[in-house]
Amino acid sequence: MTTLLFGFVLVLALASFLVARSRAGQLAGDTPASLHSRPAYHGFYSLLWVLMAGIGFLIVLTLVPNYLMTNSLLSQIGQALPDSAFIERQLILSDAKALATGRIASQTDPLRQEIAAAYAAKAAFWGWIRIALVVGAALIAAIATQATVSLDWRARNRAENIVRLILAAMATIAILTTIGIVVSLIFETYSFFSKIDWQLHKFLFGTTWSPLSGVQEGHMDADKVGAVPLFAGTLMITFIAMLVAVPVGLFAAIYLSDFAGNRTRAIVKPMLEILAGIPTVVYGFFAAITVAPFFRNTGDAIGVSIASESALVAGLVMGIMIIPFISSLSDDVINSVPQALRDGSFGLGATKAETIRQVVLPAALPGIVSAALLGFSRAVGETMIVVMAAGQGANLTANPLEAVTTVTVQIVMLITGDTEAETAAGPAFTLGFTLFCITLLMNVAAQRLVRKYRETYE
Amino acid sequence: MYDTQTHGSALDQTDIKFSARNVQVYYGDTHAIKDVDVDIADKTVTAFIGPSGCGKSTFLRCLNRMNDTIDVCRITGDIRLDGEDIYDKRVDPVQLRAKVGMVFQKPNPFPKSIYDNVAYGPKIHGLARTRADLDVIVEKALRRGAIWDEVKDRLHAPGTGLSGGQQQRLCIARAIATEPEVLLMDEPCSALDPIATAQVEELIDELRTRYSLVIVTHSMQQAARVSQKTAFFHLGNLVEFGETSQIFTNPDDPRTESYITGRIG
Repeated sequence: MTTLLFGFVLVLALASFLVARSRAGQLAGDTPASLHSRPAYHGFYSLLWVLMAGIGFLIVLTLVPNYLMTNSLLSQIGQALPDSAFIERQLILSDAKALATGRIASQTDPLRQEIAAAYAAKAAFWGWIRIALVVGAALIAAIATQATVSLDWRARNRAENIVRLILAAMATIAILTTIGIVVSLIFETYSFFSKIDWQLHKFLFGTTWSPLSGVQEGHMDADKVGAVPLFAGTLMITFIAMLVAVPVGLFAAIYLSDFAGNRTRAIVKPMLEILAGIPTVVYGFFAAITVAPFFRNTGDAIGVSIASESALVAGLVMGIMIIPFISSLSDDVINSVPQALRDGSFGLGATKAETIRQVVLPAALPGIVSAALLGFSRAVGETMIVVMAAGQGANLTANPLEAVTTVTVQIVMLITGDTEAETAAGPAFTLGFTLFCITLLMNVAAQRLVRKYRETYE
Repeated sequence: MYDTQTHGSALDQTDIKFSARNVQVYYGDTHAIKDVDVDIADKTVTAFIGPSGCGKSTFLRCLNRMNDTIDVCRITGDIRLDGEDIYDKRVDPVQLRAKVGMVFQKPNPFPKSIYDNVAYGPKIHGLARTRADLDVIVEKALRRGAIWDEVKDRLHAPGTGLSGGQQQRLCIARAIATEPEVLLMDEPCSALDPIATAQVEELIDELRTRYSLVIVTHSMQQAARVSQKTAFFHLGNLVEFGETSQIFTNPDDPRTESYITGRIG
């Protein structure tokens, strides 16, 4: 039914578009300039209104009745079975809905039959209301906009205003989502900290991470929520990754933009970008199955003990994963440094190396730093490679040849473990929030730094 | 083709800075410069005039091998600076460009401080041994660039913050700082207003006492004002070359006359 209604609105909108356009065209006759707005704008204006009215009512009249019906039926079930738990009532309701729509219910009894009948009646009632209102609203919008078509009707300005509002609404969705995520992080972090009696220092500076060890006794052990090993592991792996990715990526970008010929560039750049398209899980088992044994064997041969899961391997492979982000973005910014600056430097008798080091790179610095920051964020947030190649034990060490774990890996373990979500969510959200704060601080600090040292060109 | 020998330039051979013979330039399949012969004298302003696309800028860029940076560009013929073939394999274009400075159409100061802009060339060529030496070189170049008084109090402000005319004089000072023998200017005033143009032209006139200058310009008045020698290019050919006064008052070639009087171009 929903699909049918949606289709009706679409067809009506399209028809209204065509009619309004041709009517506006006829009004103008042989003097198209006498119309304030081009005929297509009259059509577009009509189309927008029909779509907004039809789809708006469709959405509202799908969500609201569903909410109302669920509430009233749940309370009806509650009256019949006053002692039942909320989850049981929900089960009965979903069985009743299944009965009413001819699907298979887990069990049938008189109560379920009764609720099913009530649901069917309400659903039929709301179904008709929905059809009537959606069709009615779309038709009214179509007729009303047809009536406005005239020579000096400002359809263009109005259509553009509507489009502007739609664009603003989309931007608002993105912003609200961000705010929503941050707020929920803060909320969960707050409740986690209240569980450990606001002993923030135990989380921030404690060195033992085993947050679920006291859960059986029904409390969270504040001495076992020290996140230092996780953040130390994250930073170590990220540092190794950046040590690989920044020099390789930046030098590759310089080669591509200033030394490679057009043909080389046309082949090499897409090939580098393919690296970015490899799923991280593939990098992960590549690290665990190929790179890690190679390092272990090499280590054995020269008498160094390298664990089969180590920060070094995870960092190296992660660095390779990040190379294309840094090289591709840096290449773009280096290319956008005006040729006039290069010419000016060459004209003074500077060599290519001097020109790149003293003129091109300083001018491209802000872009290069944001490329590195993007790589940094990727490295901090990366999970798959670390799960497979760096280990899961929260082990506080400064030796990159040993197994470490990261914040993201621990979040995965918490959320996918068999502990119920409510208990596991607290530490997971808190880790997420702390990670978010660290990345944010990094970004702000880097931008400050860039503003101080950058050389802006016009 | 115009022959400088028969028209008897007053200059003798020792005063010739650049001498070009039979120069051809190709951009891919396009024949951009055809059979150009020209002699450029020392301590003289030589103007290259002609309609857009006539090859005057291309030829100018041959003189310091800036065309080397363009992949599809191919040059044949013989261009000598002080008798030495600049396209010889043993000549390093980097050293050549230190001797033959260039000022571009659009002012292109580096996004660095005014001081660093001027110090850039002396630094990379190792002209200053100490910081004090460098200070002296920078001040001298800025004075010769006729911009010292305007910037002496803000040497460490960014060069990009200057006005267009100041930027162009800064670029000229930057080119002078490496002590070139020849200064090439590719439409140096086309992005400037009349007042800035007058300042730059005045500067060009002063610089003539020390350097050989070659200036490409679209403004015939400018060529008449600042140059002693004028070369008229048309469709890749050097149509006429001679004393500026003669080119503008009594040209030999009908094409030159048409261009100067505004009938073509």
